[in-house]
Amino acid sequence: MNWFKKLLPSSIKTNGVSRRTVPEGLWTKCNRCGAVLYRAELSRNMEVCPKCAHHMRIRARDRLDAFLDRESRTEIGAGIKPVDKLRFRDTKKYRDRLTQAQKQTGEDDALIAIRGQIKSIPVIACAFEFEFMGGSMGSVVGERFTLAVETAIETGCPLVSFAASGGARMQEGIISLMQMAKTSAALGNLRRRGLPYISVLTDPTTGGVSASLATLGDINVAEPDALIGFAGPRVIEQTVRQTLPEGFQRSEFLLEHGAIDMILDRREMRDRIAAILALLLHLPVPPADARA
Amino acid sequence: MNFEDFEQPIAELEAKIEELRHVGTAPGVDINDEILRLERQCRDLKLSIFAKLSPWQISRVARHPLRPYTLDYLNRICSDFIELHGDRTFADDPAIVAGLARLAEQPIVVIGHQKGRDIKERGYRNFGMPKPEGYRKALRIMQLAERFQLPILTFIDTPGAYPGIGAEERGQSEAIAKNLEVMSSLQTPIIATVIGEGGSGGALAIGVADRVIILEYSTYAVISPEGCASILWKNSDKAEAAAEAMGLTSARLFEMNVVDEVIKEPLGGAHRDPDAIAESVRAALLRNLSELRKQGTAELIAARQQRLRTCGFVQ
Repeated sequence: MNWFKKLLPSSIKTNGVSRRTVPEGLWTKCNRCGAVLYRAELSRNMEVCPKCAHHMRIRARDRLDAFLDRESRTEIGAGIKPVDKLRFRDTKKYRDRLTQAQKQTGEDDALIAIRGQIKSIPVIACAFEFEFMGGSMGSVVGERFTLAVETAIETGCPLVSFAASGGARMQEGIISLMQMAKTSAALGNLRRRGLPYISVLTDPTTGGVSASLATLGDINVAEPDALIGFAGPRVIEQTVRQTLPEGFQRSEFLLEHGAIDMILDRREMRDRIAAILALLLHLPVPPADARA
Repeated sequence: MNFEDFEQPIAELEAKIEELRHVGTAPGVDINDEILRLERQCRDLKLSIFAKLSPWQISRVARHPLRPYTLDYLNRICSDFIELHGDRTFADDPAIVAGLARLAEQPIVVIGHQKGRDIKERGYRNFGMPKPEGYRKALRIMQLAERFQLPILTFIDTPGAYPGIGAEERGQSEAIAKNLEVMSSLQTPIIATVIGEGGSGGALAIGVADRVIILEYSTYAVISPEGCASILWKNSDKAEAAAEAMGLTSARLFEMNVVDEVIKEPLGGAHRDPDAIAESVRAALLRNLSELRKQGTAELIAARQQRLRTCGFVQ
């Protein structure tokens, strides 16, 4: 306590709790620029800070909801649920972690796949739910993704995926590693069919997801300033024992090193991806969106 | 000789036998019976220690500094090995060796992770941790095998892909992903053998195959026990518990249908008798290869795809 605070009468002393704390739910703060933001406005802005354009994480359903046309959506692989084959237990049981994640997110696992349309172009879209155990890929994610690819092949549609994942789900052991091969094999079939696959890498996309389905796009897109890489920055720092370069493993770094085609703002994702798909599919220019 | 702590009693006994042998060469001393007795005891000791190795101890046998590496196998089981180098884009990665060879006269392509034996070679081989150029070299040579209809034998023995700055700059993720996609439909038989550590994406990148074989004391896992411990337990000292939980031993992998065959190792582990283990590996490879050769290419690819398609446990 400094000398000035000591002089203050107790009636006007603050007890150290920050007065900048805002009530839960109504307001939130940008975790980059610190601007206080109205929750509803942020959500209308697709979790992008209106002040500094920082892309915060967005829930998988909200993302797909904003990306797809309102009409004719069907979910793929919704009934598939995880099982704890290894009876895995670290500091907590895997089963308990699953139950907790399911309760917290309202989802059964970390990937949502939907058959729908984007500006009337039939498309299969899937998105990782990062809130569900860090968007980790286990059997359910692998199976749903593979089903999404197969639906694309059956219906002759393009596939768009939004990755947000720490990697393979360690609690499923070797089977989670094998999902990398399973999803990559499925994408090989899609490629042979000549159907477009657009992979959108969002914050964060690392480990086994980055080293499989997320980097295999015909077109690889990233959101601004997303952490994308195979090994995590902490592990690399410990291994090479030197400070990592500025902006290492961020979208801009990947663009510079030739790993992605472009960086797109989330708010223009729908327009731009529709435009790309229309070009690849020899369709006329898609109409401008009525919605904001 | 290097010994792990659980091998210590074996080491002590062997030292004693060796000592007695020296004494035995002195004139007028006959201790052959004693030596025989100790050798039997040593054998029993090995049997009892290796019969109940914990998964963590198995992980350490898998990375034993004396364990035979890819080139040790190639030198014993192949003839006419001609090493090929480079990814044609950036560099040659010594952590992966690849080339043409013959197995029982038949031309094949071999690709494997390579670790180093002494300090200098360990550095040169980067401890068997490949960089993107290693995976791209492997991919280039796999596609060469496809063009010339040569079966591919891969040997897996890596702690994992190298977590370095340059590796990320050059697209480690994409290099691994590409191999997975291409291998899944490569038009030639592929047999992968896990001879030591099967570490994560770095292992899988040459591991998509028609047959996956593993040596008894090899491991194959999504992450190292230390890595798993530091992420899930927030404490890398919990590696032993992590190894236990992860199901990374040959027996568990066989149960989960991730591997098709487990090759029994000589008593005390592959490093105790490299010639014997090489012979077992050679026999297994020849048998699997002749089975795969009977299948037509379309049938082969369909089965490989089916294997990948059905991998996973869901309800």
